[in-house]
Amino acid sequence: MSVLVYTESENGKYKKNAHEVASYAYEVAKLMGTKATAISINAGKAESLGDFGVSKVLNVSNDQLKTFSAKAFAQVIGQAAEKENAKIIILSSSADTKFLAPILAAQLRAGYVPNVVSAPESTSPFKVKRTVFSNKGFAVTEISSEIKIVGVSNNAFGSAENKTKAEVENFEPALGGDSFTTKSIEVDKVVGKATIADADIVVSGGRGLKGPENWGMIEELAEVLGAATACSKPVSDLGWRPHGEHVGQTGKPVASNLYIAIGISGAIQHLAGVSSSKVKVVINTDPEAPFFKAADYGVVGDAFEVVPKLIEKLKEFKAQNA
Amino acid sequence: MKILVCLSNVPDTTSKINFTENDTKFDTNGVQFVINPNDEFGLTRAMWFKEKQGATVHVATVGEASTEPTIRKALAIGADEAIRVNAVPLDGFFVAEQLAEVIKNGEYDLVIAGRESIDYNGGMVPGILATLLDMNFVNTCISLEIEGNNATATREIDGGKEKIATTLPLVIGGQKGLVAESDLRIPNMRGIMMARQKKLNVVEPTTSKNATTDVKFEKPAPKGKVTLVDADNIDELINLLHNEAKVI
Repeated sequence: MSVLVYTESENGKYKKNAHEVASYAYEVAKLMGTKATAISINAGKAESLGDFGVSKVLNVSNDQLKTFSAKAFAQVIGQAAEKENAKIIILSSSADTKFLAPILAAQLRAGYVPNVVSAPESTSPFKVKRTVFSNKGFAVTEISSEIKIVGVSNNAFGSAENKTKAEVENFEPALGGDSFTTKSIEVDKVVGKATIADADIVVSGGRGLKGPENWGMIEELAEVLGAATACSKPVSDLGWRPHGEHVGQTGKPVASNLYIAIGISGAIQHLAGVSSSKVKVVINTDPEAPFFKAADYGVVGDAFEVVPKLIEKLKEFKAQNA
Repeated sequence: MKILVCLSNVPDTTSKINFTENDTKFDTNGVQFVINPNDEFGLTRAMWFKEKQGATVHVATVGEASTEPTIRKALAIGADEAIRVNAVPLDGFFVAEQLAEVIKNGEYDLVIAGRESIDYNGGMVPGILATLLDMNFVNTCISLEIEGNNATATREIDGGKEKIATTLPLVIGGQKGLVAESDLRIPNMRGIMMARQKKLNVVEPTTSKNATTDVKFEKPAPKGKVTLVDADNIDELINLLHNEAKVI
């Protein structure tokens, strides 16, 4: 009865969140006196998960699963759980995983708790802490079903090295035609650029930037920092930036290490969405902007003067620390 | 085409969140409740299908009588009929099982629910529904076209979007993008008057159980004071981010 963890990969490589959920699974397994087993789909170097405390990897190589299909992936994870007699399943918070999680929950009749921020408070009864009210609060939630699914928030528990020898076993799931009733016909994705979901740093612009033509400096700042770009709700509603960049309560949540808000006043909905970011910097002309109360560092000043200066100084800093 | 839009009754996005009864309950005192924003985008898209493709649109919620103003608003926006399952929504699994019963009885071709409610953020109702009823499912959906039995949906993925082809019967986990914010409708007087004549069926819940229970709530720790850096001293900001916060 091990703890099963789904370690997500992309183009054969484990994603950053795979290491986070593996570390989390190791912690849960330790608390329960058992071991962590990973289920891995079309990823190379499965044994590398041992670095994060995984003792066994069920390794799936299957051409039908080259493209993500929520139903098929949920079936694979469900079959792995059955094989391992796993009663606890650990998932990440990626878009794909949040797509498959409820399917898996229904298949296994399991209680599913997403957005979990720390190791279980207790394992019997099984209680975890998660964010609720779009990051305006936390709940300690008890899962009472026999099988339990925990979705770990991005960048909350973090990854921890626990050198373990991982035994890799090939796993062949049983998939039928009805596993693939939704077909991917086109993927439009930025390549070689950090995404809001897994970036360490996010640079975000608001209405204070006055127009979409002024986003050049936001993108340049993001490039210098290796950051993802984001925006406030009014900016996406005005069509200055694509909807996918909207962060906040009805947009995407941000849980980066550093969040830089430029020309964003800090409406309560926006602050909720970015509150899981560890360090927040705000640049705004208005010293009364509510964001200053929620930020760690603030610069009162005109973005059109401060940001170019920041870019220049960061380039110098990067050159010295390269 | 027969569409069901699932509605959740949630605190308005501007609400301050407080807890009561020794931090075991959400404090609804002074809180304004609205249609969950993710559901409202779906409802508005359903109105488009009604007006352009002749679809019938029903709405359903799981909640006590206090949720009826939210349901009436959906009827005033243009939904044809409403169903309220008379129960306190215990968790996502419970709600999904109640709605599954409604869908089985109503024979819907398309079910639209928000990708998550903005209160408990469970994000499981549409996916569990689809699986219990063996319907197709697309989550975080930002555009949806239906032609005959075929559906083309675009979903948001991390760092981009993916176009998906599938067929009815279908469940959508919707969000902003299904329609633009500016397409959302405020009910007019005529709609409000007409809503009073529309059917609001109250049904009793099935005996399903919840799998999760929130046993305790807490508010985030108050934030320490902001460190202000002079706009002419950006070196200091970089120094703080590097040496103190250790994030660059």
